[in-house]
Amino acid sequence: MSNPSNLKYTASHEWIKTEADGTITVGITQHAQELLGDMVFVEAPAVGRILKAQEESAVVESVKAAADVYAPVSGEVTAANSELDSAPEQINSDPYAAWIFKMKPNNAADVAALLDADAYQAVVDSEAH
Amino acid sequence: MTTLKTTPLNAAHRAMGAKMVDFGGWDMPVNYGSQIDEHHQVRNDAGMFDVCHMRVVDAKGDGVRAFLRYLLANNADKITLPGKALYSAMLNPEGGVIDDLIIYFMTEQWFRIVVNAGTADGDIAWMKQQAAAYAPNLTITSRDDLAMVAVQGPNARAKVWEVLPQTKAATEGLQNFQAADCNEYYIARTGYTGEDGFEVMLPKEKVEAFWYALNKVGVKPIGLGARDTLRLEAGMNLYGHDMNTEISPLEAGMAWTVDLKSERDFIGKAALLANPPTRKLVGLVLLERGVLRDHQKVLTAHGDGEVTSGSFSPTLQKSIALARVPNSVAFGDTVQVEIRDKKLAAQVVKYPFARNGKACL
Repeated sequence: MSNPSNLKYTASHEWIKTEADGTITVGITQHAQELLGDMVFVEAPAVGRILKAQEESAVVESVKAAADVYAPVSGEVTAANSELDSAPEQINSDPYAAWIFKMKPNNAADVAALLDADAYQAVVDSEAH
Repeated sequence: MTTLKTTPLNAAHRAMGAKMVDFGGWDMPVNYGSQIDEHHQVRNDAGMFDVCHMRVVDAKGDGVRAFLRYLLANNADKITLPGKALYSAMLNPEGGVIDDLIIYFMTEQWFRIVVNAGTADGDIAWMKQQAAAYAPNLTITSRDDLAMVAVQGPNARAKVWEVLPQTKAATEGLQNFQAADCNEYYIARTGYTGEDGFEVMLPKEKVEAFWYALNKVGVKPIGLGARDTLRLEAGMNLYGHDMNTEISPLEAGMAWTVDLKSERDFIGKAALLANPPTRKLVGLVLLERGVLRDHQKVLTAHGDGEVTSGSFSPTLQKSIALARVPNSVAFGDTVQVEIRDKKLAAQVVKYPFARNGKACL
């Protein structure tokens, strides 16, 4: 599966979608879910929490391991995907639909500065070696 | 980067779409897709595991039984019929566990020993060192010419018979922990999943054909990921996690394998008798959302303990663990487990958690 070109990415394997109202939606990439394997637990950040860029914001746990999800930019959490409480495996089956949380960025320019799909693919490729 | 060791099934794993990982220096399959699906496959039908990285060791010579009686914490005198198997710890003089292993009685001059992959070289060196002092006429041979495949699940034995019909007569009457020598195939009714099945030792050059033949009759390949959740549900120890050279078998849920009743001396016995256990291995079921992991701290009314093996149970759909806790902790107690910045409640239970396709709790 290729990484959708309409999304932004981080080197720590989050994807970021900018919504019409300027908020962003955050999930983990296809590559990340593949590395982790079967998801069994997602702990999303509380709505209203203020996050700094690169701060540990959520935890995804597969059978194999726990992994931190980092805030891609600074801002405030506006929503958490409660569907993942009972169906964390959605992250495996459709990682670019199974969003984890939404946030209102402090600064739209921070989002624009994130990796595009090609730059993210280069990160993935370099990790494979 | 050092070169990983490979088993004779390496190409087959890759052809079957395995995700390979470095497992203690071995290039091994962690899964072939979903490890949860693989787990259920074994509980409900039949799966096969590449266990070629484990080591078969043959100990031969006059006095081999007496040597094993001294070398191992369990008593080799318990097995007297050809093919009978015995699970045991091999201890150091301080009473710590060097390895857990299975011995098979072949003849009075020949016992077969199957040891863990990561500990194999050290085990063999230890055995040879002890033999040099205690039974210098014994030969201890690493059978690097043999491969091993575990076929596990309610339909596992029938599938093996489909592939190896010539072995059926000799193996259909086998009890648990009993094996039959079928020419090139040494077939044991043992395993590490809590399901029925066989572990098959065979010549290395035949293992790939055997693997594909099993697959053809519907046995699916299972990776190390599901192997771990299966053994954890079955309440079986994993060397290096639940016990090691610093841990007494009496504090690792292995008291049933330690024969302190007979008069015989064995390596580590004096240390075990001098140091009665103060901790014990129990099961935990997490009562809240989250996943128990190795080394998390367990807070009890009687002092702290530690998770030794933690994961998610696909059968129970909950997180479960083995944990070492103070002796006074009782089944049914609620304890707290430190998971990241939280303390989550877990219940102390008697394991196994699941066996023979069913939850035990």
